[in-house]
Amino acid sequence: MRTYWWKILGILLLLYSIIMGLLGHVPALPIVHETIRNVYFHVPMWFTMFTLYLISVVYSVKYLSSGRPADDFVAVESVNVGIVFCIFGLLSGMLWANFTWGDPWPNDPKLNGSAIATLMYLAYLVLRNALEEEQKRARISAIYNIFAFPIMIVLMYILPKTTDSLHPGSGGNSGFGQFDLDGSMKAVLYPASLGWILIGTWLMSLRFRIRKLEYQNDSATPETLA
Amino acid sequence: MSLLKEVKSLIHKDMLLEWRTKYAINGILLYVVSTVFVCYQAFKSVDPATWNALFWIVLLFASVNAINKSFVQESRGRQLYYYTVASAKAVILSKILYNMMVMLLLSSIAYLVYSIIFQNPLGDPLLYLAVVLLGSVGFAAVFTMVSGISAKAGNNSTLMAVLSFPIIIPLLLLLIKASKNAMDGLDRSASYDELLVLTALNIITVAISLLLFPYLWRD
Repeated sequence: MRTYWWKILGILLLLYSIIMGLLGHVPALPIVHETIRNVYFHVPMWFTMFTLYLISVVYSVKYLSSGRPADDFVAVESVNVGIVFCIFGLLSGMLWANFTWGDPWPNDPKLNGSAIATLMYLAYLVLRNALEEEQKRARISAIYNIFAFPIMIVLMYILPKTTDSLHPGSGGNSGFGQFDLDGSMKAVLYPASLGWILIGTWLMSLRFRIRKLEYQNDSATPETLA
Repeated sequence: MSLLKEVKSLIHKDMLLEWRTKYAINGILLYVVSTVFVCYQAFKSVDPATWNALFWIVLLFASVNAINKSFVQESRGRQLYYYTVASAKAVILSKILYNMMVMLLLSSIAYLVYSIIFQNPLGDPLLYLAVVLLGSVGFAAVFTMVSGISAKAGNNSTLMAVLSFPIIIPLLLLLIKASKNAMDGLDRSASYDELLVLTALNIITVAISLLLFPYLWRD
């Protein structure tokens, strides 16, 4: 119970966000109408993706200073799960954009930025496949990961702020915060984000443990197996 | 030997090597001029937005080709020798500075040739030139580090493109926006934001390269 309480918390928070997200009170706005509820599902994807990429870059730095294979496994699995959340974020966003902006892929800097950032992390995986030797692969991909991280931030969080964007909260648009007068949306959005972050971390730790077991199996000598 | 002195002698060595053969620089210059000419022949006259985008695409590919070679041209034995006489920081710093110089030369010539052959009214030529110079410095900083990474990974040029293009896109977007502002002759204060982010991005990439290269160098 002491170690897995956060997994239960994650599930409970998700259940809460799904129930309250679909039944709770939302402000009545033109154009968005009830699709505003997508904010409980679309925004947490990006929070989770960012958290996972952050974990990945922290463990890449750790790998460079320690050289432990386990640190490299955490870094790569964080990217793997982060990409999945990024794809879900893009899909939920496209669904939303189709209703409110009339087009699943309008030419918006934030959309293009996140698509390009995904390409960057896919390039990280391609780089890993291009290297055969384990230690070299871990070290060089860690370097690329650290190099790419600040550029990802510029692409996804700084550039859309300076240009015209359809997204709320950037390019002079107002965020949803000012419509949320009684804080009922925040009461769902923040728990939902925390819940998804916990689930994402859980997925990552599962994949990390599988990879570690595989590594131990591969590196075990015949004598220890017999 | 102090870092500064090491960097100085390494840059001197790079320049000397280049001056003896003049192979790379002539090849790249020919590449730029012929690409500009092909674009001119294909388009004859274009609207300003296309003119701007075309210029940056020409410069992008020229710089990938120019910098791609920076770690490949030297043999493993010679690189090992540098490692024994100079620190890793000095090596990457000298490479970045040398590539910046090459890129400054390259982009100035490209700019000159492009604007002579492909006439297009520029609202604020000085600001445009400043953006071109800032952009070439940024290209050099990013591509040097990525070419170092791809050289370690068996150095095929596909990997170089796959690794560097997503990373260069934010820089390219900022450059296209700032240079478009300069072209339209907007007030200079309209481009301050872009110039600031560009400068910050350049400083960050150089700083990260300096921090990370010592790990890349070891084998």
